[in-house]
Amino acid sequence: MVVTVRTFAGFREELGFDRKSIYLPKPITVEGVWELISESDLPVNLLCAVNKEYALLDKMVADGDEIAFFPPVNGG
Amino acid sequence: MGAEVLIEIRQQRFDPWQELARYQNESGLLPGSYGACATFVGAMRDFNQGENVREMVLEHYAGMTEKLLIDHAEALALRHDLLELLILHRVGRILPNDSIVLVAAWSAHREAALDACRGMMEYLKSQATFWKKETLVDSADSVRQRWVDNVSG
Repeated sequence: MVVTVRTFAGFREELGFDRKSIYLPKPITVEGVWELISESDLPVNLLCAVNKEYALLDKMVADGDEIAFFPPVNGG
Repeated sequence: MGAEVLIEIRQQRFDPWQELARYQNESGLLPGSYGACATFVGAMRDFNQGENVREMVLEHYAGMTEKLLIDHAEALALRHDLLELLILHRVGRILPNDSIVLVAAWSAHREAALDACRGMMEYLKSQATFWKKETLVDSADSVRQRWVDNVSG
């Protein structure tokens, strides 16, 4: 299956991309996706979303999902 | 009857007072239907955490931000029995004194309008997918950038 990975703010700068499609030979969790795209340990301030909804790191991803990684938000 | 909710994320600068007047004039608010309008306007400072800020770039997760705001706005409108709720938020390159956000809530009574306005601001600060990157300048005119932590309120 194929998923799209999005990154924002400081994580986009660290990882060097803002959007990437990756092929997954078997189902994995959101945390597993992070391990595929990053060489660093899981950041303590990492937030994630699946299909534009906040998600936990142990959520399983599905074909066609958009998985986003970002730091704590700061609007207003 | 449900409240009208308008949410806009805008690249261009805006004058919150003009936007407020225009919205009120053009909305479906009937004369005499509301007893309170609570507003919040957030503007960019030229200082933050003890440093001088020259400008800021505000980015967001297009699609997710709007979804979060619409869901929360509808929940607030229902909870507080609002008549209208307006949210206008800047993104892109922002300079000191630019308005960043306008929230306005119309209701029959003040408590509902004030609570809804505060509720939306707290949500914008803690949940909505925006991030700010400041350009700082020191006394020697050297420039650096930093991502803003959500600590200054």
